Amino acid sequence: MSVTALPGARASGLRIGLRAVLIGAVLVLAAMPVLNQLPQDHALHVSDFLVSVTGKWICYAILALSLDLAWGYAGILSLGHGAFFALGGYAMGMHLMRLIGPRGVYGHPVLPDFMVFLGYQELPWYWLGFDSFAFAMLMVLLVPGLVAFVLGWLCFRSRITGVYLSIITQAMTYALMLAFFRNDMGFGGNNGFTDFKELLGMPLSTTAARAALFYASLVALVGCYLLCRWITGTKYGRVLTAIRDAESRVRFLGYGVTRHKLFAFVLSAMMAGLAGALYVPQVGIINPSEFSPGNSIEAVVWVAVGGRGTLVGAVLGAFSVNGLKTWLTSTAPDLWLFVLGGLFVLVTLLLPRGLIGLVQGRGQGGPK
Amino acid sequence: MKGRRLYLDGVSVVFDGFRALNNLALIVEPGELRAVIGPNGAGKTTMMDVITGKTRPTEGVVSFGDADLTRLDEAAIANLGIGRKFQKPTVFDALTVFENLELALKAPRGPLPCLRWALTGEAKSRIGATLREIGLEERAQDPAAILSHGQRQWLEIGMLLMQDPDLLLVDEPVAGMTDAETEHTARLLAGIAGRRSVVVVEHDLDFVRALNCRVTVLAEGSLLSEGSIDHVQKDERVIEVYLGR
Ligand SMILES: Nc1ncnc2c1ncn2[C@@H]1O[C@H](COP(=O)(O)OP(=O)(O)OP(=O)(O)O)[C@@H](O)[C@H]1O
Ligand SMILES: [Mg+2]
Repeated sequence: MSVTALPGARASGLRIGLRAVLIGAVLVLAAMPVLNQLPQDHALHVSDFLVSVTGKWICYAILALSLDLAWGYAGILSLGHGAFFALGGYAMGMHLMRLIGPRGVYGHPVLPDFMVFLGYQELPWYWLGFDSFAFAMLMVLLVPGLVAFVLGWLCFRSRITGVYLSIITQAMTYALMLAFFRNDMGFGGNNGFTDFKELLGMPLSTTAARAALFYASLVALVGCYLLCRWITGTKYGRVLTAIRDAESRVRFLGYGVTRHKLFAFVLSAMMAGLAGALYVPQVGIINPSEFSPGNSIEAVVWVAVGGRGTLVGAVLGAFSVNGLKTWLTSTAPDLWLFVLGGLFVLVTLLLPRGLIGLVQGRGQGGPK
Repeated sequence: MKGRRLYLDGVSVVFDGFRALNNLALIVEPGELRAVIGPNGAGKTTMMDVITGKTRPTEGVVSFGDADLTRLDEAAIANLGIGRKFQKPTVFDALTVFENLELALKAPRGPLPCLRWALTGEAKSRIGATLREIGLEERAQDPAAILSHGQRQWLEIGMLLMQDPDLLLVDEPVAGMTDAETEHTARLLAGIAGRRSVVVVEHDLDFVRALNCRVTVLAEGSLLSEGSIDHVQKDERVIEVYLGR
């Protein structure tokens, strides 16, 4: 018994250590907007740039978490999660557009600028309801959830897995990108939405609004993390890992694999949608390039680099890869794509368990 | 729910023109223990694939009680009370031995019940009893990935028991087991039969003799002979294709 007790004790020691590190990290993040208020020359001053870029990374971390639930646990390698992120972003963007009201350049009492420009006479029916914050928030979750449901149902029911599934998800985000580029879709064509004024009565240009969005994102990240942690700790989470490792065996135990995968995929898409919704008011724009296939692939790289099937790894990967990207694109912008590709190859070959695997050390089994 | 018979008649499975099963008939009565033997490639595993919904028969009738198994998928067939142990033991490597058994334990199978699932004292004691039965008590918290081949066999047998099926299909359970373990398995399976039906595929004839049950001999996808072990061992055709080699 003493032999089996040892790794367990070590694992629980690690878990306590991990919890302390995570709480510390959240506190550091939470302090950033406050430290931003300090005078410029103060040693602890955090620049506007760092606060705003960190707010974006927090949204990316939520996207990474959602992808880790689908890929790291359920084994669904989605190369289209950027689409769910973008759909959530568009739903939020529609609300922000409605809040501009008659303050557009054309000063139309009802229609947003791009619709006036394109000669719309009235608001398309699918824009109705987006005046309401609650309705828009519902759509932020429902639209990506519904798309994931339809796509997942078709694929999982036909037992499309592995590379084929990945290609289909990639095709989905590409198709959506082309659709959103079209002016007659009613989503602003290639310009998308921008020039947002306010959200929930707060002018978006103020420091207070930026801090509020930062904190909302941080709360969402912590909430999504705790939700995923809970899910993966239940028997349902173990069914997902079983499906990931031996899908057909799970069927012979009487589990409806389609339903289980669908549940995880839809939940994951909703989380990605939430991330996109928090992202858009912070960056002030949403356009069809958010659907570009490369975005979804980058998200997969974050999770792979951090360590899939660990949740913490996904968050760590999102922050570290994006940190590297921000730094590189300012110093050597041409290098970024090569570094991204190289990173993916290196991690796959040398660090199959990602950065988090370095911390956890050897001998703890596969992704769990 | 007990008391259903397994019924196969005129079952053929054709893979690209090759008849893996050819007009096969088999009836297993409720509570019966049945051994199935036959040379490599005789179609024993394919027969189990047909019963459990992995392979659709090209023609023929496959039923359990009044359920038509050719129209159901794997999960639905499993939920009818048909459990299977695979020839190549397949357990979930990332999960512990205990968690493997917990996953197999008969309980509602949907996502929501699984999310709400809490390990009750009763479930814990059932898993504990099975762990003792399969001799893996000491390994309960180890990941299944580090088990030996024989231990994986045992774990899969344990998972089969946890499902509490009415019909157990056991494909080569004693491969990789020691003599003592083989004997234990024979006693275990014989003890289970009576309450449930058990179909065992095995090459090891000493093991089949120890099961002390009716034996079906398959060859080239068809029924060759059926009867007691002594009867089939005396059958000329069986000696020719199988025992005589
Ligand atoms: N999916 C498949 N596609 C093509 N041929 C198959 C398939 N599955 C099985 N076969 C063939 O059907 C025949 C019967 O195979 P099966 O596995 O049922 O034999 P078996 O009696 O279980 O043999 P063994 O004792 O070696 O386990 C073999 O010749 C095999 O090659
Ligand atoms: Mg076989």
